[in-house]
Amino acid sequence: MNKTYLIFKHEFQGMIRRQGFIIMTLIVPLVFLLGIGIYQIISGVTHPTAEITKIGYVDNIGGFDQYTTQGNISLVRFNKTDEANTSLNGGDIKEYIIIEPSYYTTGMINLYTLEKQLIPPPEITTAIKNFLTSNLLANKVPQPTIDVIEASLNVISIRLTETGAIAPEQGGYGNLLIPSIFSLLLVLSITFSSAYLLQGLGDEKENRLIEVLLSSVSTRQLITGKVLGLGAAGLVQVLVWVITAPFLINFASSSIGGFLSTLQLPPNFLILCVVYFILGYLLFAIISTGIGAISSSAREGQQLATIFTLGAVCPLWLSSAIIYFPNSPVFVFLTIFPITAPVTLMIRLGATDVAAWQIAASIGVMLISIIGGLLLTIKIVRTFLLMYGKRPGLGAILRSLKSG
Amino acid sequence: MNVVEINHVVKSYADKVAVDDLSFTIAQGEIFGLIGPNGAGKTTTIKMIMDIIKPDSGEVTILGEKLSEATKDKLGYLPEDRGLYKKQRVLDTIIYFASLKGMNPRLAAEKANQLLNQTGMLPNARKKIDELSKGMSQIIQFIVTIIHEPQLIILDEPFGGLDPVNTELIKKILIDLRNQGKAIILSTHQMNQIEELCDRILMVNDGRSVLYGDLAEIKSRYANNAVLLDFKGELGEIPGVTEQRQHKGYVELVLDGKTTPQKLLEHLVNRGVVINRFEIATPPLNEIFLKVVGKNNE
Repeated sequence: MNKTYLIFKHEFQGMIRRQGFIIMTLIVPLVFLLGIGIYQIISGVTHPTAEITKIGYVDNIGGFDQYTTQGNISLVRFNKTDEANTSLNGGDIKEYIIIEPSYYTTGMINLYTLEKQLIPPPEITTAIKNFLTSNLLANKVPQPTIDVIEASLNVISIRLTETGAIAPEQGGYGNLLIPSIFSLLLVLSITFSSAYLLQGLGDEKENRLIEVLLSSVSTRQLITGKVLGLGAAGLVQVLVWVITAPFLINFASSSIGGFLSTLQLPPNFLILCVVYFILGYLLFAIISTGIGAISSSAREGQQLATIFTLGAVCPLWLSSAIIYFPNSPVFVFLTIFPITAPVTLMIRLGATDVAAWQIAASIGVMLISIIGGLLLTIKIVRTFLLMYGKRPGLGAILRSLKSG
Repeated sequence: MNVVEINHVVKSYADKVAVDDLSFTIAQGEIFGLIGPNGAGKTTTIKMIMDIIKPDSGEVTILGEKLSEATKDKLGYLPEDRGLYKKQRVLDTIIYFASLKGMNPRLAAEKANQLLNQTGMLPNARKKIDELSKGMSQIIQFIVTIIHEPQLIILDEPFGGLDPVNTELIKKILIDLRNQGKAIILSTHQMNQIEELCDRILMVNDGRSVLYGDLAEIKSRYANNAVLLDFKGELGEIPGVTEQRQHKGYVELVLDGKTTPQKLLEHLVNRGVVINRFEIATPPLNEIFLKVVGKNNE
């Protein structure tokens, strides 16, 4: 049996059996489902029944007699403020308003309540506004006009293609959310797998198991098997997410609706997601292996690797800038620079149309980095892996690489 | 055919020469002792034999050819520091490493069960490595080293951490392997084990060969013309004996240059001394080691 395959299989099985990996893979769909469940419970608690809320009003202008039922809110007229206060204290009404003549000029209405409120609840404000507007316009304009005035303006942005047809991919925050979540997940996965690889390599080095392995396989077989094993585990993880994502989004859309119904998962995004996950996993696995080779312990390796994982994370810090200026040359560069490419591209995909040449260049540079990195890492491992207890300086590494 | 041929091998690190012009051979069916003080170059030599590191100059030949991926399958190595995948089960661990040596996993499982049975470890086959004691995991690593029936077995301190029962068990297996024609390199600081097991030895110091050859011949070379005697009766003055050294249960008689042990024996018998033990003294390897290394460091 091919020895690279044996190492690959061993690393892959070791990774997917780890508790951390299983939790990380399953927690994403579970958290999503939990979120939907919590929303259902909260919305059930918040709106348990269609109980009528009574709001009092004192009309110091006159003429506000109609439209006293606004959805679940009923407006009860009081002639004097004292009467309204008595009802409020007696619990007959939830709160009351006074319509002063100054309302015509200032548009201000005072709401009196026993509760401490940050702002009046939106449904109360809407009901009061519609009550006032309806009464002001009554008998002056037709009822349908009143309905239009009272309805909130709903502007829907529809993206067209150059031919005038409706584009398959539409914009909006819904489009941004999923790429942002995926980029965050990628960073978490890379950090986790990188730490796992470094720990494993550090342990093998510290207990000399690496010597037993190298007495059986070549450095190339060992490193290639390890890196591919980890890459395959990354593929499994992203596939679980990508396959469950459309179901979860449909479920969220149908049970919650609103903003979530605007979420989109275009197929080309999913494909790029898988491609960049794999490329990102492979690249960071190679970097981690190289670092593991020159580090004297797993702990030191993880400290060194942090420098590179910070590189992967940094586009997340810049995410608001990337969203507002997605085509800035800086972010185009970060899309092509291999360490920042996966996360930057995912965020940009949600905010804009990334030019095909940039995606091609980015994938190309990543592939070259992975292949070049692999060859370089094999050489570094061959030279430094068996040095125990001391880390070679940068000069020693460069000299070693130069010497061929 | 020699299993190992090392010719004028040199290996330097940045700050020192680890192996300096070393040459030796190891034949089939012998246990070869590789000894020397700490930092003498033993581990570097072993790593060059296994092709983990390359020599700066000189030639390393294993089984008649330069070490390749195919020849790696004919080699078994037990490093001084032990370590296996802690979360992996015993049987899976053995099968995995045997597969890396080119063994069919089904055959590896059969052989693993046989060796586990032979070493009394079969009840632990389903356990995880981290559930085993240090000595038990060492036995497992020893099984990993020999399961694929290598032609060359390299053992670095194989008895460290083993109890006397397991030490004897490993020794017995090693002798069996030698009798099957395997070449075994035994690197250890336990000189008694070298004396007991090895046919030939190489002593290195500062990367150089300081003693090399047949163990019995080396010991006789360092013999100091003395006899060990356990007896009953009075010895008194004995002609030809320059010194009598008392030890627990016996006396060491140092002979002058003219007196032979045969002559001494005749003299003792004629005097009516009851002899329980009469043995020509050879210096323990430990003494030779100290003498040679000490002289070399002067």
